[in-house]
Amino acid sequence: MVYLTRKAEFSASHYYHNPDFTPEENQRIFGKCNNPNGHGHNYTLEVTLKGDVNPRSGFVVDLKQLKEILNREVLDAMDHRFLNKEVPEFANRIPTTENLAIAIWQRLAPKLKAAQLHRVRVYETPDLFVDFYGEA
Amino acid sequence: MKAYLTRRYMFSASHRLHREEMSPQENIATYGKCNNPYGHGHNYALEITVSGSVDETTGMVCNLTDLDGFVEREIVERFDLQNLNVLPEFARDVPTTENLCTAIYDILRRGFRNAHLEKVRMEETMMNSFEYAGGAEIRR
Repeated sequence: MVYLTRKAEFSASHYYHNPDFTPEENQRIFGKCNNPNGHGHNYTLEVTLKGDVNPRSGFVVDLKQLKEILNREVLDAMDHRFLNKEVPEFANRIPTTENLAIAIWQRLAPKLKAAQLHRVRVYETPDLFVDFYGEA
Repeated sequence: MKAYLTRRYMFSASHRLHREEMSPQENIATYGKCNNPYGHGHNYALEITVSGSVDETTGMVCNLTDLDGFVEREIVERFDLQNLNVLPEFARDVPTTENLCTAIYDILRRGFRNAHLEKVRMEETMMNSFEYAGGAEIRR
């Protein structure tokens, strides 16, 4: 079993707001992230796959295909977007880094045939990242 | 769904690696330049990983305000710009980064209640790092 990690970067804006909370609760829980006009980050995404090395190609997965899947499923949908308004998962879910990692996992897992998705890591800043392993 | 959140902090401190029970020769053989009697310092990077279910109402494993507040109060305040050798945590133990890592893990384990502590990782320099998960295997 070999683990392979591919990195990608995207930039997007978001804000944190739960319509079931009062304005005071939203402000207390989410602080500056509650500003309705949003703010942005340069996100770094690391996708780790695991699998056996194919004896003919020497690959765990064809990186060209992986890059195409990442571009199509994640970057085209999220890069330079306002996550709350333009990415359907976040119509009713708060686009925290936690939920972003889960949404990216859910987009990628069904599309990856050759190797198994092991981990999705999303850096919101160099000082903060979230790992998701597909656990319930 | 269960997610793992990692936050990175910085602090600077000095230390000297030295054991009274060892002879001067043994101290130098064991600790080399780190045994210099006047000590030396590092810019430490501290990474704390916590885990838990993502709360459906907030989208969070834990509120970063709580984690940042705890770490600032209980860890950065205690160690930043200090000489580690004179602190009570290192009255008996040599302040290697291994021991610093486990001391910080213990502070979090005892006091931080807002999410499950997974591990503590420390970089002493850009070339070395240490991880401690209370004896558990570390998930990659």
